[in-house]
Amino acid sequence: MNTTTRETTIAADPNAPTIIITREFDAPVESVFRAHVEPELVRRWLGPRGLEMDIDRFDCETGGAYRYTHRDENGEYRFYGSFHEVRPDERIVQTFTFEGFPDGVSLETMTFTDLGDGRTRIDGLSFYDSVETRDLVLSSGMDHGVREGYERLDELLAG
Amino acid sequence: MDDQLSRVFSALADPTRRDMVARLTAADATVNELAEPYDVSVQAVSKHLKVLEEAGLVSRSREAQRRPVHLEAEVFDLMTKWIERYRRRAEERYRRLDDVLAEMDTEQPTPRPDSERGAS
Repeated sequence: MNTTTRETTIAADPNAPTIIITREFDAPVESVFRAHVEPELVRRWLGPRGLEMDIDRFDCETGGAYRYTHRDENGEYRFYGSFHEVRPDERIVQTFTFEGFPDGVSLETMTFTDLGDGRTRIDGLSFYDSVETRDLVLSSGMDHGVREGYERLDELLAG
Repeated sequence: MDDQLSRVFSALADPTRRDMVARLTAADATVNELAEPYDVSVQAVSKHLKVLEEAGLVSRSREAQRRPVHLEAEVFDLMTKWIERYRRRAEERYRRLDDVLAEMDTEQPTPRPDSERGAS
């Protein structure tokens, strides 16, 4: 247990289609970055608890791409995207799409900041195509509820 | 409930309606008061209000002659809860990352060919 680790903070501007998530880690920036780049490490934390995560592809480098699958008793949820820019120990910019709703795409920028004393902060900015989509993502959690959320979006769009 | 969520989302998708809601967090207001800062007719504002009302975001008193518009805070509590739930999921994910980082301390670091090449 890391008692000095601060809890995740979240900001969702009512007027901008963004979610900003910030968290500090008791580990040097090189390690935190590695845990985002190496698929064997990513697999151990990125998938939601109770869901299996299969990585079909994970080339975390500028111009690379990823695709992975979460599985539970109700089915499979596939996600994919491109790595627009991967700058070691500083920044990862990627797109993010849920295959169940291929027209939806968000742009995610993760900034890694070396806080000194072996500590690191990650600022993650997710940018959606509308405030409406952002709110759907927030309300569904984008993990377990992802299908439900997009079904709601379908209804909304059907009018 | 799902239908109400959809109505809330589409109601708040409009910037004028979001602005009206923001102003109603300060105090109840009449339709005329709400219409004042906008370059639109009172009728247009009434239409926006109808959407907000149907989504359960605002209510209008039937008794008072001014019929002031009142913000229903409960719906916003719901949104705050969604945001908190989303935050908690991120926190859970990052606690798993804490564990991975702690385990990495004791593991052999693996070479990172890309950054090694660019470093010198």
